[in-house]
Parts: sequence; structure tokens; C-alpha cells
Amino acid sequence: MRDIVFWMAVALIFLLGVLATKTYDNEFFFFAGYAVLQATIMAVAWNILGGFTGYVNFGSAGFFAIGAYTSVALHKALEPSMLVLLLVAALLGGLVGLGTGYLTLRLRGVYFAIATLAMAIVFETFVTNWQYVGGATGAYILTPETVLFFDSYIEFLFALMLFLALGAVAIARHLQISRIGKGLAAVRDDEIAAECTGVPTLRLKLVSTTTMGALMAVAGVPYPFFVTYVDPLSAFNLVIAVNAIAMPMIGGTAIWYGPVVGALLLGSIQEIATVTISSEVNVLIVGVLLVTFIMVAPQGIVGLIRDCWRRRHKRG
Amino acid sequence: MELFLNAIVSGLLLGGFYAAVALGLAIAFGQLDIVNIAHPAFVIVGSYVAYMVNSRIGLDPVLIGLLFAPVFFVVGGAIYRVYYASFERTGQEALSGLAFFFGLMFIIEVLLIMIYGVDYRLVAAPYIGSTWRFGPIAVPLRMLVPFVTALVMTAGVYLYLSNTFTGRAILAVSQDRLALRLMGADPIKIKQLAFGLSIATAALAGALLIIIGPVEPSMNRQYIGRVFAIVVLGGMGSIGGTLVAALILGVAESFVATFYGPSWAPAVAFGILLITLALRPQGLFGRY
Repeated sequence: MRDIVFWMAVALIFLLGVLATKTYDNEFFFFAGYAVLQATIMAVAWNILGGFTGYVNFGSAGFFAIGAYTSVALHKALEPSMLVLLLVAALLGGLVGLGTGYLTLRLRGVYFAIATLAMAIVFETFVTNWQYVGGATGAYILTPETVLFFDSYIEFLFALMLFLALGAVAIARHLQISRIGKGLAAVRDDEIAAECTGVPTLRLKLVSTTTMGALMAVAGVPYPFFVTYVDPLSAFNLVIAVNAIAMPMIGGTAIWYGPVVGALLLGSIQEIATVTISSEVNVLIVGVLLVTFIMVAPQGIVGLIRDCWRRRHKRG
Repeated sequence: MELFLNAIVSGLLLGGFYAAVALGLAIAFGQLDIVNIAHPAFVIVGSYVAYMVNSRIGLDPVLIGLLFAPVFFVVGGAIYRVYYASFERTGQEALSGLAFFFGLMFIIEVLLIMIYGVDYRLVAAPYIGSTWRFGPIAVPLRMLVPFVTALVMTAGVYLYLSNTFTGRAILAVSQDRLALRLMGADPIKIKQLAFGLSIATAALAGALLIIIGPVEPSMNRQYIGRVFAIVVLGGMGSIGGTLVAALILGVAESFVATFYGPSWAPAVAFGILLITLALRPQGLFGRY
């Protein structure tokens, strides 16, 4: 029953999004919407590992850039369709996630965190020295004027991103409510106890890192077409990594819709702040909010609301 | 051959300086189990303090570092208090603690950008331009002064930790809290003191960094990989191991920069880190 409600809501949101591209002309809305949706995928993907198992990934920007540079390299070589780009990027991102996880997840959690950071910098150095995709100076991408039945390319990208974001949310939800999710929660709460009762902890953690890596790479695929110019500094931007951590932490890490709440809220604030104040202030806001929430409300907004609701329920 | 010798010498000089940057993290991460990912950001703050005082009254950067170390010590102690109250006491340091320092690093970087902009800043000192020559080997003083200062600081911290009561208590705090309490020392106070010391080393390391070359706010990111690679390779908190690992990294980076080009240098530290984690996670001088 809850499944039916969920899937109907997903279908409705997607249809409304596509309808918006037909009825709404303001291009800025779609640019801003694209940015918020990209952040949503990153946040949801980060939470599949960070929130469900308690392992911190600092290298989100690295996974994102794998997707972005898969796009740049393949587009330059073969100009395949978007679907092919997405599949290849998901495969590569998943493999890197699996590899990083396999190397470090048997150690303490902190080593995984540092290794992800290391992975991002190694890739950045590699891409900076790879002349085929533009090296340090970056690469330009020419986008087609229109695609399918959309009036402009940004409307197509917006609809694509909406589809991907909904897909990411569905995957995260499925992972949490299925048997795997129970195992992951056991890993987060007490890994040794979980291992002792027969939960295959390493395999579950590897499922998480692989899914996370694949989703983050997918989020990066349309990026070169969105900005039309990619260089290592923008693709590996630290802001991407910080947002991927801040949004789930602020929204709430314990449940699949926590990062969605965080991403929609924080993403919208950022879009408004970038336009009205300045981008530095906007970045500062994220940092301060992140630290404040971790210290004062570690359960995030979702946790706060749930606490309020419970308290009122008890009294009544 | 000449190139080879020069690469080794400049690598060793660089490595000695890396030891100064990694020392604080060796204490925080190795001894106290506090994953202070913001440590390089504090080093950059040290650089900017040196820049500010040096450009106003022309004081020697090393002296500035020493003068401001007590201020950093107090700040470090205060940060540990917050960290303890918010995370350690409730046992949430794994996920939340890491994210806390990540956020802190980010805030420091953005604040520096907002105050000073993204331009490179440098200091003036009489020895910065000159170079000593020993036959074919060139030793620039802007590398030698940080090298010597770093070695003195490392030796000082080593002697303090191994020869004083509080120093030994710091070494003990990560191993057996109960035993420490039975010896009449409060683990929280000891950790606060040690974390203060860890941040205090950043004041001096920052001054050394800006002697070596110009500094800008986002430089701390390059150092995250280096300091963690050094601390893990050095065996988590062993001071001697940290120095050896720093020298190894310095020489390795210098060789890569000389023979493959400087744009590959940032990957060296992370390469070493990934290999260490995969093959020998306890480091070269690990205890277990």
C-alpha cells in the first residue's frame, strides 16, 4: 500500500516537472532547479553510505567528477547518447566506490573517510595532467539546440535531472526498507554485534559504497552540458563535497527522505543567497549551518519534527 | 647526478618542514584519537597571523609563530571543550566529529577568503632571498630556516612527551583512561592540554609555511593529504615515526617534481597514503 502511494507520488512529481517545462518560460527557474536537483542526488547518494552505515565520504566531488569527465571524454571521442554516458559513468563510479571500499572498509571508519579524500585528489591530479580532456585549462562542450520535444536544452536537462533524482530517492528508499537496510542499520549501530549475529557486514558496506559511487557519478554526467565548460577546479569543487555532507546532516541522516528535505531547503537558500548576496556568504552559510546542526540537532530537521510530534502526542 | 643530489637535499629540507605541519595531527589523531581534519586550516591561520604582524611591524616570522603559539594553545583547548561536550561525551565522534572538523575547516577557509581575498600573501625576512652553496648543492635559506626550526620543535615535543608527567599522561590517555585516573590525572584535562599543544604547533608551522613561499586560503587542502599520509605512515602518533615519514614524503615529492613535473606532486602523498592503508595500515612504526 505504501509502495503504491510512493510510486504514484514519484510519477506525479515527474509529470508536474515535465508540465512545468511546457508552461513556464523563465529559464532561470530551470537553471536553479537543475542545481537543486543535482545537490539532491548527491545528498541522497551520500546518505546511502553516511547515514545508513555511519561511514563518512569526503570525496563526493571525486565521484561527481568521474561522471563529469566520463561525459567530456566520451562526448569528444564518440558523441554517444545521454543514456550510454549515464550507464558508463554509473559503472565507473560504482567500480571506484567498490575499490575504495574494498581497500579501507575493513579498517576503522576514519581511514575510509581519509581514503575518499585521497581518491578525489589523485583523480584531480590525473585529470589536470590529462590533455585529451583539456588538462588544467578545461574543455568546452557544445550542446545541441533542442532535444526530444523540449523547447530548449536546459528544459531537457531539468527533466532529466528530475528523473535521475527521483530514481536516486527510490533506490535509497528501497535500500532502507528492504532486508539490506536492516543489515545496514545494524552495521551503523554496532558493527561488531552485527558481525557476530551473522550479518555479512563487509558485503553490505560494499553494496552501499558501490551504489553511492554509481549515483554520484550519474549526477555528474549532465554537468558538462549544463555549464558547457568544465575544468578540474569546478568539477572537483570542494563545495560539492561539503554540500553532499551538509544536506543530509541538516535534513536528517536516519531516514531516506532526510537528505531530500535538507537538499531542497539548503539548495533553495543557496540559489537565493548566490543571487541576492554573494557566493562566498552562501558558502559560509552552509559551513555554519552544518556545524550548528551537528552540535545542536544531530538528528537533523526530520528528527526535530519527529521529536516535537512525539512530545505533543504524549501530552494529548 | 647533480640533479639527483639536489633533489635529495631539497626533499629532506621539505620533509623536515612537513614534520612541523604533521606534528600537531600526530598528537591529535595519533594520541588523542581526534580526527582533526581542520589541522592544515589552522596552519594557514598561523601563516596569515605571521603575514599580518610581519607586514605591520616587520617582526621575524619564526618569532611571531612562537609568540602566538600560546594564543593558539588556548583556542585549541577551547575547541576541545566544545568537541568533548558535543560529541565525545555522547559517543558520536565517529560520524559527527568528523563532519564537525570538516565544517570548521570550511568556515576557516571562507572567512580567510572574505577577509584577505584569494591573493597570495608573503612575508619579508632578511634571510629569505639568500642561498648557501656547498659545491654543486644549493641550500636556499628560506628552506633551511623552516627545516631547522621544525627539527627543534619536533625534538622539543618529543622530550616533553617522554620526560614530563603530563607528557607521559598524554601518551597514556588513548591507551587506558581508567589507569590514568587512578594515577591522579583527569583524562579530559589532559586531552584538553594535548589538543591545545597540537593547535599551538600549527602557529609555528604556519609561520614556517609562509617563509617557504606565498600562501593563499585554499592551500590547506593540499596539506590534508600530506599530513594524514605522514601520520598514518609514521605509525599514528609516534613522534620519531612522524619525522621519518615526513622526510620520506618530502624526498618522494621532490623526486616526482624533479623528474615528472611539479603538477604530479600532489598525488604523491595520497598515493603513499592509499598504499599504506592497503598494505600496512599500522604504519612503519606502528604499535600493533
